Amino acid sequence: MCLGIPGQVVELRTDRPDLAEVDVSGVRRPINIGLLIDDPPVPGDWILIHVGFALSKIDEAEAKAAMDFLVSLGQAYDDELAALQASRIE
Amino acid sequence: MTGSEVGEVQTAAWAEAVVRTYADQQGPTDREEQVLARIERARRRRPRLTDQRITLAHGAGGKASQTLVEAVFRDAFDNPLLAPLEDAAVFTAGEAALAFTTDSYVVTPLFFPGGDIGDLAVNGTVNDLAVAGAKPLHLSAGFILEEGFPVADLRRIVASMRRAADVAGVSIVTGDTKVVPRGRADGCYITTAGIGLRDPSRHLGAATVRPGDAVLVSGPVGDHGVTVMLARGELELAAPELRSDTAPLSGLVAALFEAEVPVRAMRDATRGGVATVLNELARAAGVAVVVDQAQVPVRPVVRGASELLGIDPLYVACEGRMVVVVPGEAAESALAALRAHPLGAEAALIGRIAEDPSGLVLLKTAFGGTRIMDLLVGDPLPRIC
Amino acid sequence: MRFVDEFRDAGAARALATRIAELCEPGRQYTFMEVCGGHTHTIYQHGLEDYLPEQINLVHGPGCPVCVIPMGRVDDAIHIAEQPDVILASFGDMMRVPGGRGSFLEANAAGTDIRMVYSPLDALKLARSHPDKHVVFMAIGFETTAPSTAVTIQRAAAEGLDNFSVFCNHVTILPAIKAILDSPDLRLDGFLGPGHVSTVIGCEPYRFITRDYHKPLVVAGFEPLDILQAVYQLMQQLAEGRCEVENQYSRVVPWQGNPAALRAVHEVMELRPYFEWRGLGFISHSALRIRPEYAKFDTEARMALPGVRVADPKACQCGEVLKGVLKPWECKVFGTACTPETPIGTCMVSSEGACAAYYNFGRFSRQRVKEATRV
Repeated sequence: MCLGIPGQVVELRTDRPDLAEVDVSGVRRPINIGLLIDDPPVPGDWILIHVGFALSKIDEAEAKAAMDFLVSLGQAYDDELAALQASRIE
Repeated sequence: MTGSEVGEVQTAAWAEAVVRTYADQQGPTDREEQVLARIERARRRRPRLTDQRITLAHGAGGKASQTLVEAVFRDAFDNPLLAPLEDAAVFTAGEAALAFTTDSYVVTPLFFPGGDIGDLAVNGTVNDLAVAGAKPLHLSAGFILEEGFPVADLRRIVASMRRAADVAGVSIVTGDTKVVPRGRADGCYITTAGIGLRDPSRHLGAATVRPGDAVLVSGPVGDHGVTVMLARGELELAAPELRSDTAPLSGLVAALFEAEVPVRAMRDATRGGVATVLNELARAAGVAVVVDQAQVPVRPVVRGASELLGIDPLYVACEGRMVVVVPGEAAESALAALRAHPLGAEAALIGRIAEDPSGLVLLKTAFGGTRIMDLLVGDPLPRIC
Repeated sequence: MRFVDEFRDAGAARALATRIAELCEPGRQYTFMEVCGGHTHTIYQHGLEDYLPEQINLVHGPGCPVCVIPMGRVDDAIHIAEQPDVILASFGDMMRVPGGRGSFLEANAAGTDIRMVYSPLDALKLARSHPDKHVVFMAIGFETTAPSTAVTIQRAAAEGLDNFSVFCNHVTILPAIKAILDSPDLRLDGFLGPGHVSTVIGCEPYRFITRDYHKPLVVAGFEPLDILQAVYQLMQQLAEGRCEVENQYSRVVPWQGNPAALRAVHEVMELRPYFEWRGLGFISHSALRIRPEYAKFDTEARMALPGVRVADPKACQCGEVLKGVLKPWECKVFGTACTPETPIGTCMVSSEGACAAYYNFGRFSRQRVKEATRV
């Protein structure tokens, strides 16, 4: 379903390779990382959590690219607004 | 494969019955406004309890609880002192202006980070009196104990109650004990009642609330509810530093009065959280409450747990937080008075009273959009969707 | 909160909203369907419709797996819970959904032991700690949740548990989208694709929509900026005459999906020939059941269920709301007979159904809300 939340891997379990301790804004929960077996996460990685399972790794480069685009949009918007203000003064 | 192939189709009798009840209000409409007006009329109808049995939703403080109280208790007991359905009943007895309240405590687990059922029992009743503007005087405490409950645990709870009573400046002057067979009472249930003395010249309550008033909260929301949810251990979530916010609010209220803040109304936010209390106020006062989500204080860990579970911290129970309504121009002095007190250090101005839409709470989201924040039917249930 | 708060930035939202408005052709209406209950929730939770121009209409499709479970299946679940020594474990979303005989919450009032869990693994834990009970996990959800159920069953098998089974109600999203596209009375300009389903199935499976039905689809995330950006991308496609599958949620959704997750589902489950969707009727190959090799963990193989079909009342118009033909307030019983306390049909039953979302959050007219919040 839909409710997935980003969390950060804190610790991998030595006794159970399919479990990891994950942190969400200060709350900890053991998460099953078995679905990421093809490319397991390591401590520090961000993952998407859904009903106690990690569904995917969060690609920080993609996230940054997305934010850069949005910020640039905001910047261009602010630039235009500024240009609009300036043109009114004249 | 299910037997749907058999072709047998039934109808849900309860659904047909509900449709029939509103048959007079159906009919085509092409105007959204007409439908919304129809809904408002439906919402204002006398509440009727159609449930045959009590469910957990009836105890959650939301719509189901409200319907139960109005359709069963208020109807049966029907008297003007009960009618306002505020946290405490206020009346005069001879020269004395009194406030009187009662509460029951059925929390599980009994002991949790930041307190136990004993703390809740004393603070909860003290707070109902405090927000009625009364100085809490004396409490009663009734115990329902389960056969087999350890005496050591009972002593622990009672010690907490004594400590909490001392901090709040009240004494427990009468009580009762019953024991029920093993399997009932989850160990220990406590019921308290409290009596307090009001200043007869001070008029508080929903009826005094006006458009333009400011709405404040005394601290971060949702600490208690999330602490208890995690303490149950069923969700395997750990938040080691999180504690219940259980505390007596009488000191905070005294601070407001001492600073001569002209308080209109106060409510302590318990089950159902701040959102429920604001809805009750809006409804009782016939005004709108407009909340600025970005201003509502929430601890990061409460936010994290809430996001994980898909619940909204504004609906999560507190046990030591109050909502205070003051005239708009008194907001700054009220905040200052609250923040000067240790329990109010993180007090915040979270919204304003408006005239319209009457009886509703609106939320200006941190994102800048607006929406209604309605009463939940029951407890905020963890979502996965 | 990282990866959450940045995508809730109001400044960027205003910028996006301006760009979206610029792409609107004068006099033209645009209708986009979002199929995911989570998208409906975000749109209403954050008041997103305030940001979109009047010309853009967001329609809420059948992407709420709680909503589409027929009342008869809820009755079956209650029947399961009524069997001796059964604990039924369910997600919170299901607790108040009424079947023909009432909801799980009401069944508990009458004596069943139905417990809320956050994860199927919690249900497994219950089974381990209650060896004398049969713990049944009510599995619901689209392809997002099916892998988790599948892995849980694999764990139960590995541990040799005898007292754990799953009542499987997983459904698949693509047949439902196809059913929407095939319905004659629909006018859609594009789709916001389900974000978390796509982490499992990837983005390729949506090509049939662009190829055969000529509607663009943008896979969208769940924060407000994700949805606004996805709308922006759809508008760009329409303006440029393109019709493609795009992935706005690339920080989470890999184009190829999650092969390990798909393997787990494939090993444990198979497609049912057909399944009933509340509000949409029977759809073929649209739901999952547990494979015979795992029959020990299939509640339907271990118990006989009544399997009675319970129809929605005639007054219920959910089918049309689900397809975006009717708005919630245009349904004759909306808000009167059908409310969040007494939900008559699927669209009101979960807080993400279109009607529930509108009733709980959006029903006050946008104009009056704007006036009130200027206080």
